[in-house]
Amino acid sequence: MTLTTDQIRPDAAGTVTPDVVPDGPGAPAETRRTTSALHARDVFALVGAGAAALALTSVIFGRVLPFDGALGFTVVAHLAFMALYAVLISLDENGAVIRARLAQTLVHALAFLLLAALLFIVGYALWRGREALPHPNFFTEDMSGTGPLQPLTEGGMLHAIVGTLEQIGISLLVTVPLGLACAVFLNEVPGRYARFVRTIVEAMTALPSIVAGLFVYATAILALGLGKSGFAASLALSVMMLPIIIRASDVVIRLVPGSLREASYALGAGQWRTVWTVVLPTSRSGLTTAVILGTARGIGETSPVLLTSGAATGLNANPFDGPQTSLPLATFTLVASPEKAMIARGFGCAALLMALVLLLFLLARVIGGRGPGQLSRRQQKRRTAASLRDLERMGSQAYGPDPSGGRADGPGPEASAVPPPRAG
Amino acid sequence: MSTVTTPVAADTDVPRARSAAKDPADRLFRVGARGAGAVVLVTMTLVGVFLGVRASQALAGAGGSFVTTPAWEPDSHRFGIAAVLPGTVLIGVTAIGFALPLALGTALYITEYAPRRLRRTLVSLVDLMAAVPSVVYGLWGFFFLQPHITGLSRWISTYFGWIPIFAVNGADPDDPLSPATVYTSSTFIAGVVVALMVTPIACSVMREAFAQAPPGEREGAFALGASQWGVIRTVVLPFGKGGIIGGTMLGLGRALGETIAVVMIISPVFVFQPHLLENGANSVSALIALRYGAASPFGMSALMAAGLSLFLMTLVVNFIASSVVARSRSGTGAEA
Repeated sequence: MTLTTDQIRPDAAGTVTPDVVPDGPGAPAETRRTTSALHARDVFALVGAGAAALALTSVIFGRVLPFDGALGFTVVAHLAFMALYAVLISLDENGAVIRARLAQTLVHALAFLLLAALLFIVGYALWRGREALPHPNFFTEDMSGTGPLQPLTEGGMLHAIVGTLEQIGISLLVTVPLGLACAVFLNEVPGRYARFVRTIVEAMTALPSIVAGLFVYATAILALGLGKSGFAASLALSVMMLPIIIRASDVVIRLVPGSLREASYALGAGQWRTVWTVVLPTSRSGLTTAVILGTARGIGETSPVLLTSGAATGLNANPFDGPQTSLPLATFTLVASPEKAMIARGFGCAALLMALVLLLFLLARVIGGRGPGQLSRRQQKRRTAASLRDLERMGSQAYGPDPSGGRADGPGPEASAVPPPRAG
Repeated sequence: MSTVTTPVAADTDVPRARSAAKDPADRLFRVGARGAGAVVLVTMTLVGVFLGVRASQALAGAGGSFVTTPAWEPDSHRFGIAAVLPGTVLIGVTAIGFALPLALGTALYITEYAPRRLRRTLVSLVDLMAAVPSVVYGLWGFFFLQPHITGLSRWISTYFGWIPIFAVNGADPDDPLSPATVYTSSTFIAGVVVALMVTPIACSVMREAFAQAPPGEREGAFALGASQWGVIRTVVLPFGKGGIIGGTMLGLGRALGETIAVVMIISPVFVFQPHLLENGANSVSALIALRYGAASPFGMSALMAAGLSLFLMTLVVNFIASSVVARSRSGTGAEA
C-alpha cells in the first residue's frame, strides 16, 4: 500500500518524513505525487514504436522485398515493434525493465491473438449465416421437398432445430438428475467407494466423443436393434455429458463451506435435510452454471450424433423412431455439398447453433459464475432486509410492542448475523 | 437421561453406546446416493468393458500385425493402426505446439496483466471458446483458414524444407504458379484448428495454477524491487509449473480425440505421413467417423479396437495430467 501525501496526517508527518515543511502561511505548496505507474514517456515510446513498426513493415512489404499476405505483415510488424520498442526504452531504462516490457508486450500479443481468433471464428460463422437466416422459411420448413439446386427461399431447418432440442432435452433428463445425485454422493458419502467412482468419472472425461458414439452404435443399434434414432443420439450425448456435469458439479459442491454443514448438523438436521436445505441451495448458482455449460458442450457435439442419429431431411418429431437430424449434424452434411445454396444453409445452421450456445452462455453468466456463499449486491440487499425483518419480528415477540427503542437499536450492527430463513 | 440429574458413582459409569439412530429419510438418501454412484460406475465401466470385449475379436484375428499394419482393410484381414495412431499423435503434437504459447500467454495476461474489472469477462470468454461447437471450428478451418494458410505452408516448406518434417513431396518452390493443392488438407492445418479448440482447457488449468501462486512470495519479490516480469519468472511460473504441464497434457488428451474438425479438413491416407505440410493425414477418430457406416461386423470390431487404442492413449495422457496438477496443488494449500 502506498501512502499518498494526503493520507499522512499532519501530526504524523514529523515521524514519516521529517523534512516536510509544516503547514502554514508562506509555506511552499506541496505538490501531489502521482502514484500511477503510467508515465508520459512510456506512452510515447509505445505509440512511437508502434507507428515506426507499421511504417517500416509497409516499406519492407511494399518496396523492398517481394512479400505479401496479411499474416506475414502482422508477424513482421510485431517483430519490428518489439525491436524498436526495446531500442526506445533502452534510452532511459536498464536491462531488467527492457526485459519486463518486452515480456509484457509478448503476453499482451498472445492474449490478443487468442481472443481475436475466438471473436473471428464466432463472427465468421454468424456472418456467413447471413445469407440463409433472413428467410423465414429457414425456421418453418424442412428439407424433405427441397433439392440442392433450389434457392434459399425454399426449404429450411425446422427438422434439425426440433431434433437438436429433443435430443438435448432427453440427454438433460438423463444427465441432470443422475449427474447431480452422483456429485452429491461423491461429496456427502465419502469413502473408498466414492474415491473409486471419482477416479472412474475422471477417466471417463478422457473418453473421446467419437468413441462414446461408437459405443452406443454398437450396443443400442447393432446389439439391441434400436435403430438409428434421436433417442440413440441422446444416449450417446448422455454418455459424453455425464462425466463433464459430474466433475463440474463435484467441484462446486466441494466449495460449500464445512461450517455451514456443521451448523446445520448442530441444529439437529439430518444428512438429507442438510443436503436439501443447505448444500444444494448454497451451491445452486454454481450447479446451474455447471449444467448449462455441460449443455453447451453437448449441444454442439457432432461426432456421437453422426454415428447414432442417422440423417433425415424431413421433420421427425418422434425421437424414438426413425432417423432424426440435429443442427451440428445438418451443418456437417450440408457443407459437404458442392452447391452454393446448400453451403449457405449449412452456415445458417452453424450460425443458429452458435447463437444457441451464446444464449446458454449468457444465461450461465447471469445466473452463476460466483462461488457458493458469494452474493450479488441485490441478493445481499435482499438478505439484509430479510434479517432486519426477522430481527423486528423476534424483537416484538420477545419484548412485546414496547417502543422504548433501546433494545431494538442495540443489536442493530449484528443484524446480519441473524441467519436468514431461506437462501436467496 | 437420568444421569444428568442424579450423581453417579465413578465405577458404575459405563460408556454410552453412541449409535446414531438414523432418520429413515437419511438412510434412504444414502442408499439413493450410493445407487446414483453405482449407476454412473456401471455405465462408465460398461463402456470400457464393452469396447474391450468387442475389440478383442478383431485383435485376436489380427494379433501383433494390428500395431504394424498401416492399411485399413478389415474384410481382407489387413488392418492396423500403424498409420492412424502416429497420425493422431502428429496432429495432437502440432496442436499443442501452437496451443501451449497461446494458452500460457493468455493465462498470464488474465492473472497478471489484465485490469481487475476485465478478469471475469475474459475468463468467461475463454470458457465460451471451449464451448464453441467443433463443427464451427471445422467450418472456419475449411472455408477460411485453408485457402489463407497455404501461403504460409509454401513459405515454410521453401525455406525450411531441409528439415525432414517440413519437406513437401511434389512441390516446386521455383515455380510461382504451382498449384496450392499439395499444401491443403494437411496435418499442419488440422493441427492449427485443433490448437484453437484445446487452448481454452489448457488456459483455464494454467490460470487456476497461476492464481494460486502464494501472495507472500509475490509481494516479497515486488518488495525486493522485481519488475512484473521478474515476479512472473521467479514466483508465478515456478509455482505454476505443475499447472503448465498438466494443462498442456490435458489439452493434448483433448486434441488426440478431436473428430469433426479433423474430418472436415484432412484427406485421409493410409500410409504414415510424416510431412506436416503435405496433403494427406489421418487420425483414429477420423477413421472411425469415415468408416463406421460401411463396416461389416468384423470391421466394426476392428474400429472398436482402434477406438480402444485411442481411448487408452487419452486415458494415460489424462491421468498423467491430473496427477501432475493434483501434486502441484498439494503444496500450495499450506499458506493462506
